[in-house]
Amino acid sequence: MTALHRKLFRDLFHMKGQVAAIALVIACGVASFVTMRAMYRSLLRTQQSYYAGYRFADLFAELKRAPDSVAARLREIPGVRQVQSRVVMDVTLNVPGLSEPAVGRLLSLAPQQTGSLNALFLRRGRFADPTSSSEIVASEAFATANHLALGSRVEAVIQGRWQPLTIVGIALSPEYIYEIRGSGSIFPDNKRFGVLWMPTHALEAALDMDGAFNSVAIALEPRADEADVIARVDRILDPYGGLGAYGRADQISHRFISDEIAQNRVSATIIPAIFLAVAALLVHFAFSRLVTMQRPEIAVLKAFGYSNSQLAIHYLQFSLLAALGGYLLGCAVGWYYGIRIAAIYADFYRFPILIYQAEPHILLWAGILTIATAATGALGAARSAATLPPAEAMRPEMPPDFRPRLMDRFKVQWMHPAVRMTLRNIERRPWRALASAFAICASIMIVVVEFGMFDALNRIMTLQFRDAQREDVAVTLIEARSATARLELARLPGVIRSEPFRIVPVRLRHEHRWRKTALLGLAPNSEMRTMIDQHGRRQLLPGDGIVLSTALADILHITPGETLRVELLDGRRSSFSVTVSGTVDEILGTNAYMDLHALNRLLQEDRSISGALLQVDAAQQQKLYQTLKGLPAIAAVSIKEAELRSFTDTIHRSMTLSIGTLLVFAIIIAVGMIYNGARIALSERARELSTLRVLGFTRREITFILLAEQGLITLFALPFGFLAGYALCAALAAVMRTELYRIPLVVQPSSYAWGFLIVLLSAIVSGIFISRRIAHLDIVSVLKARE
Amino acid sequence: MVSAERTRADEAEQVVFHVHSVSKTYLTGAVPVLALRSIQLDLTAGEFVVFLGPSGSGKSTLLNILGGLDTPTSGDVRFRDHWLSEADDAGLTRFRREHVGFVFQFYNLIPSLTALENVALVTEIAERPMNPREALRLVGLTERENHFPSQLSGGEQQRVAIARAIAKQPDILLCDEPTGALDYPTGKLVLDVLASINAELHTLVAVITHNTAIAAMADRVIRLRSGEIVGITRNTRRARPEELVW
Repeated sequence: MTALHRKLFRDLFHMKGQVAAIALVIACGVASFVTMRAMYRSLLRTQQSYYAGYRFADLFAELKRAPDSVAARLREIPGVRQVQSRVVMDVTLNVPGLSEPAVGRLLSLAPQQTGSLNALFLRRGRFADPTSSSEIVASEAFATANHLALGSRVEAVIQGRWQPLTIVGIALSPEYIYEIRGSGSIFPDNKRFGVLWMPTHALEAALDMDGAFNSVAIALEPRADEADVIARVDRILDPYGGLGAYGRADQISHRFISDEIAQNRVSATIIPAIFLAVAALLVHFAFSRLVTMQRPEIAVLKAFGYSNSQLAIHYLQFSLLAALGGYLLGCAVGWYYGIRIAAIYADFYRFPILIYQAEPHILLWAGILTIATAATGALGAARSAATLPPAEAMRPEMPPDFRPRLMDRFKVQWMHPAVRMTLRNIERRPWRALASAFAICASIMIVVVEFGMFDALNRIMTLQFRDAQREDVAVTLIEARSATARLELARLPGVIRSEPFRIVPVRLRHEHRWRKTALLGLAPNSEMRTMIDQHGRRQLLPGDGIVLSTALADILHITPGETLRVELLDGRRSSFSVTVSGTVDEILGTNAYMDLHALNRLLQEDRSISGALLQVDAAQQQKLYQTLKGLPAIAAVSIKEAELRSFTDTIHRSMTLSIGTLLVFAIIIAVGMIYNGARIALSERARELSTLRVLGFTRREITFILLAEQGLITLFALPFGFLAGYALCAALAAVMRTELYRIPLVVQPSSYAWGFLIVLLSAIVSGIFISRRIAHLDIVSVLKARE
Repeated sequence: MVSAERTRADEAEQVVFHVHSVSKTYLTGAVPVLALRSIQLDLTAGEFVVFLGPSGSGKSTLLNILGGLDTPTSGDVRFRDHWLSEADDAGLTRFRREHVGFVFQFYNLIPSLTALENVALVTEIAERPMNPREALRLVGLTERENHFPSQLSGGEQQRVAIARAIAKQPDILLCDEPTGALDYPTGKLVLDVLASINAELHTLVAVITHNTAIAAMADRVIRLRSGEIVGITRNTRRARPEELVW
């Protein structure tokens, strides 16, 4: 090791506080990059290999009922490689240990798993015996959530009869990696919704679907034209109540995972970029100051023949070494953190195996980014070390150039001298103050955005589960019944109030655009289900016409007053036109609403209903659930409290880790910046502060003078941090707006308060560190040393 | 024996530095400052030269130019076959690395390196260095080699700086107020080291000072005032450092 290297290491050790701050900020950047980038790659690879290995279908279609021969016609469509027809039915389940009824999706289990589409990955047990009528394979998420093991029994209401089903296998399907019931939900509720696979013959017999199917999965040839195949499939299935075929892009599980993967990719760029930018600033300040302080040393080295490039490299090495520490720490944290995140992902997304692996090239890229950050930050320091003329370096640095500036044009004599000193200091180095403010701003922004997203989720929860869905229980009947059914539902135990609804699958068409959705007919002046927009404003349902959610209206390019074509997809091949009477900017889904009676009229029905929304006496809840479990005519029961609970649980589980981590990250940025800023100020102003001490100022006073500058910069940064946080929330709300959900832009005052608190805390921590250094300031030696 | 004497005499006459009408103007702020005006000077190998002058006389500027730390605004400086006045930055760096040793008033040791390491800093990049320990022995600091600058007295620090300067066996040793920050006995000790380096290693030593007493130990005394040479005197007898009084 050369003497210059020894100097390097000893100097680095001497400024260990600053080096640690730099290393920590770089570690945050590297950790977030490694975690997110590796997560992105791992998810993508897992998804691709799972899809390929278990033959995830390319197209899907649901229909009322078609004979098996129709499947053969689908096979003849050019571009179709494989067709798998099946029977799918949602039924009410009685799950041991669960008081309320659950919904089970029964799916036919192809006799031989080899070669079939959407093949099952058998986690435990075996496939059901094809000849058995009571054996089923259950999805892992459902089994785990309800503590069901091999041999456990559940009961299902099939065709009005209770049927006991025995779990013989627990499996995963590429179709239900994200296991949610339909487009109305965002988070899985694995306790109350699960997929169950039953041998084909048994299911067909049970549902009276012998030799027929009501769902089909299709694999395409590699170069097939998806849109063309969809159109042909729709033409063939239309007479059989086809609900319209759709590709992977509209398959709900695929869509959620793909969105998640895409989001990871974006965050893997933005978040590390923020940290590395701050790190570069810290490097710049710390090592520029070092070069200034080491002017005499640089002069000596040059006098003895060290070349400019040797010195430039010497000062680059400072930042590279500091960064190396951050890089190693970041890789370790990123790796550990990735494993934790992968465990959370495994809760949401059911893959046979999700291996989080930080590939060497990701670590290599992280290294390249680290080096680039360190080098960019230290460029100024290295350049000034290289270009410092030795004869000039020999002389002490010119006293800082204080001239009357903007501030002094005003009468500032009334200000305390300490305040004047602080203001002049900031005014003299405005760029540095701005850069410090930028970093503090970034720190506040991170906190505000994180809490702002939490606010948004809370708002979704309130809007959806408190304001829009006011019922306690929604009961859906297997088939539409006459209005008398409502009276029966109203007589159920504990029901205080009931409101009928009619729901019908439709295809809405406007010009060449169309969308499949469910048209919901609500009672006039419904109190249980209201239309609430993003801002919590209630909209009334007009007696005529159809109301669309804004997302749906945008997709169809339709505005109120225009006419919409409604094609019924419930087996009747009829359609009607209706005027759009309004739009409502809802948070979830793409919905369409009509007045119940108007819908009945258009459907040419006499007051038929699909189910009812019930308000229930809490004391009789259990009794109601027991009764509902036993009613064969009921297809599904959804219980709001349970949904809400599952929603909150999921959010809390996934957000605790990320909020905690980002808070730590934000503190590291803020402390790093404030502490470094104060350290540099201390080093620059040591003589000035010592002079003040000699003149009789107390230690507390000079600590104040020193920290006032950082304090002012922090105060200045606060509103911009709030603003940036709000702006980023708005940007995220706009970017994350999907057909499935909208993120409302709500940032509660508490979120800003958190941002403020974090920065305040960081400032206090930095202040404590600095005041300890001031306590050790050796006044006499500072003054005696050559300026 | 006669021929050896002869060689010494020849060398003594050999001009190594040739300074021809050198001027230097600084621009500090808006006011140009003329630091040197048309300096004419030759320095010969192995001599001990003292530059005397009050502050602002230009002696430090001249020393910086001789040492390749600075270049003249006009005029020529030649060291043997190096044209310093025309050299670029890389050329000056090479010149300093190969030929020059510096001693400063404020020692300018690297605080994070020990005495030995401060010397090694130079020997590592020199062409024909002496052992750093040998250099410390020459200044009488063998037993302090593992001390950091903050653990050394001023005189010791200056002797480390001298050891550092001579460790590369330079042709020229340039000293800027080497005793300026030292007390009387320590200052004399340092001058003694400089004189013995001059005698033993036959190094051209140039010392700038405003302490007239030091002039007595020089071969030649060059007086400067306001950027001009106002007199050059040759001592018939060089005083030994212990004879000096100030």
